Amino acid sequence: MTEQNGGPKTSRRKFLTSALIAGGSAAAAPFARAASPDPAITEIQPWNQELGWGVDAKPYGMPSQYESHVVRRNVEWLTASTESSVNFTPLHELDGIITPNGLCFERHHAGAVEIDPSKHRLMIHGLVEKPLVFTMEELMQFPRINRIYFLECAANTGMEWKGAQLNGCQFSHGMIHNVMYTGIPLKFLLEQAGVKPNGKWLLAEGADSSGMTRSIPMFKALDDCMVAFKMNGEALRVEQGYPLRLIVPGWEGNMWVKWLRRLEVGDEPWHHREETSKYTDLMADGRARRFTWVMDAKSVITNPSPQAPIITGPGPVVLTGVAWSGHGKIKRVDVTLDGGKNWHKARLSGPSLSKSMHRFYFEFEWDGRPLLLQSRAIDETGYVQPTKDELRKIRGVNSIYHNNGIQTWYVNEQGIAENVEIS
Amino acid sequence: MSKSLSVFAAGATVLVLGGAYYLADSLVEKGGTADQTVTFVAGTEPAAEEKVETAAAGPETAVAAVQTVAAGMAKPVAAEGGAASLEGAGGDADYADEGFMPSGKLGLGREALPEEIAAWNIDVAPYDKGLPPGQGSVADGEEIFAEKCAMCHGDFGEGVDRWPVLAGGQGTLTADRPVKTIGSYWPYFSTVWDYVHRAMPFGNARSLTNDEVYAIAAYLLYVNDLVDEDFVLNQDNFASIHLPNENGFYMDDRDKVEYPVFRREPCMTNCKGEVKIVMRARVVDVTPEDAVARKRAEEAAKKAAMKAREGAGAATPAAAPAPAAPAEESKAAPAAETKPMETASAAADPALVKKGEKVFKKCKSCHAVGPGAKNKVGPELNGLIGRPVGSIEGFRYSKGMKALHDAGKVWDEAFFAEFIKNPKGTVKGTKMSFRGLKKDSDVEALIAYLKQF
Repeated sequence: MTEQNGGPKTSRRKFLTSALIAGGSAAAAPFARAASPDPAITEIQPWNQELGWGVDAKPYGMPSQYESHVVRRNVEWLTASTESSVNFTPLHELDGIITPNGLCFERHHAGAVEIDPSKHRLMIHGLVEKPLVFTMEELMQFPRINRIYFLECAANTGMEWKGAQLNGCQFSHGMIHNVMYTGIPLKFLLEQAGVKPNGKWLLAEGADSSGMTRSIPMFKALDDCMVAFKMNGEALRVEQGYPLRLIVPGWEGNMWVKWLRRLEVGDEPWHHREETSKYTDLMADGRARRFTWVMDAKSVITNPSPQAPIITGPGPVVLTGVAWSGHGKIKRVDVTLDGGKNWHKARLSGPSLSKSMHRFYFEFEWDGRPLLLQSRAIDETGYVQPTKDELRKIRGVNSIYHNNGIQTWYVNEQGIAENVEIS
Repeated sequence: MSKSLSVFAAGATVLVLGGAYYLADSLVEKGGTADQTVTFVAGTEPAAEEKVETAAAGPETAVAAVQTVAAGMAKPVAAEGGAASLEGAGGDADYADEGFMPSGKLGLGREALPEEIAAWNIDVAPYDKGLPPGQGSVADGEEIFAEKCAMCHGDFGEGVDRWPVLAGGQGTLTADRPVKTIGSYWPYFSTVWDYVHRAMPFGNARSLTNDEVYAIAAYLLYVNDLVDEDFVLNQDNFASIHLPNENGFYMDDRDKVEYPVFRREPCMTNCKGEVKIVMRARVVDVTPEDAVARKRAEEAAKKAAMKAREGAGAATPAAAPAPAAPAEESKAAPAAETKPMETASAAADPALVKKGEKVFKKCKSCHAVGPGAKNKVGPELNGLIGRPVGSIEGFRYSKGMKALHDAGKVWDEAFFAEFIKNPKGTVKGTKMSFRGLKKDSDVEALIAYLKQF
């Protein structure tokens, strides 16, 4: 990759950064003056005077009441019932790379079921030497590992194929979360039963009333899949498959079967509903791709975005977003402020892990003129996130799934952002 | 610090394991005994026992506990894996145990019994792999479908509201709005049998007999014009059924078609000329209302206008910038119309209501209740007890319900109890496919719950 770091905006940013480091010399940033003293300072606040709540007042801690708007949201018209539906992670309210458990988007096919772990079993059978059944307690006796992975629904951004539709990255990109899982390497579990040489496929099945099933090729099962029981350190949330879920790193979320109860080894795929009528990508010629498992590299600017406009007016702006790739690590994220005429390398911050979200920042001094913001991710295979039009050229607009095209936000003079498409 | 230490120490030897690290920390802070406590944690040196003794615990139990630890450590699980993990944990590894893969058999779990496998292994794959014996006719299927499926999928699989369309759509796969049905899109018929059997009817899965599944599957072939009306489907002719779009699928080819194109050197400067906005989400206007986002936009607009005024030399025109769309939309935020629950009868037993809420889980795939409840597959249930039968406007009731409505029947507790225990027996022709609650206690709880709204 060539190092092209030029452009007037970038140099302004550099200037700004150095000014901040120098303690903000008066010449660089003329400070505002207050007309009168700030009551937030001059008045004694109640929290400065009274007692707060004691320990155990909230045995399971929840966010501040001032954060109560930070919630998952549903797009009601998308589905016929909330039990077979999806809601969306509020990406524009988050930072870093870990999605808090209560904000991980939900996708259920027959509602979130609460399973009594003492009545949960995992069965491994089919083309194995010895079919086995495990209780949760027995699974806890296995060696376990901790890994951070993104889970993206294949339909994330699926509503945008025909054009800009949903005004907010929560809705356009929120079918994703990034979580640290604790669980058992699937390969080791399968080894307990002994996969026969003709066992080339694995059927994973959930215990809920949708009986969710997906066929997974054995090469993936033996590579990096896990059977997880913890997320971000605590038990899986009910809506994420408590007490047991399959982890299929880098591959579409539908395969990460929740409430996992059965693994059947077979010689051929099962071609069940979720891999035929759904999660196949209808192309412009009327034929459809099947088994489009991997989630290609993708990124989105989360701030500013339609739900998170620039409310501070001209001045320093922290542009941030997330990037991820099912093929491995994100190597670089580029950002443009002018709709793709000129690009700048963003700064990746925090852990850079394979098949995990990456956080990027691009700090700049906004002059108050309209912006056309885009980000593009480049992963370690050299894949560069394409534009939506480039994808449409190959796939048409009816494939629903795997829309990883570049997202554009238009920011007007007031700092208000909107989901748009540009020439 | 010393106080908390004594609490732990006095807490008997059970705490020896759990509290070991805590003790270690505390003792280190007290000074001088760091070495001893570290050995204590490792559980091998006699000094550990001394420490426990001084901590006023029974020495014998303490020794036993320490020995258990030692025994446990002597037998590492999956030693080979452990070795592998050491190799994997290079300096560049992202995870300390990268490459960790234990091996060998732990002897955990037990062999699955044939009956257990049979109970769960219900999957059917092309063309009839795993298919149980049975049969069903189009005629039987039509009846069952009308009773159990049509409320969502329509009498002929045409789909109600946003529920899936199951029939028709042939020739639409290249159209603007493709209709993907069993007849137009699904590649394999076995998928239909498998899915209906494992997951339908929605909210009452696993309730159909094999013959009923055969019959419904036969009917679905019929409404897709794939068999005649006298067709009978069974385990012998099943594999001969091929769906029209079987050859319409091919393996993911992104690695050939897309990756070579998209693995490229990205342009950084002067990449394009004029840029125009060609499409705006605002125009489509289908985004759910987000009050906070709207407030923020208003704030931004206000601030921008203020700054414009402030900086207004001669250069800035007096007119504020055009107000942004989100701000001008005066769509009043649906001011969180959460009706407080205290309107409900004060006498309600909270435990019973709670139980009723659980029972209601069986109903909620079709019925909504509570503030803002709307009709779903079934009518909303606010104020049900005491309201006239068949009285929710806009809901298409069955003939049976309409007749009761016309007769002036009211949903009192007794009639509701009778109905919910045996819907089809109580109201002939009701569209409700629910089989009924068995337990009187469930009925009582459900009524208590519904009366809250």
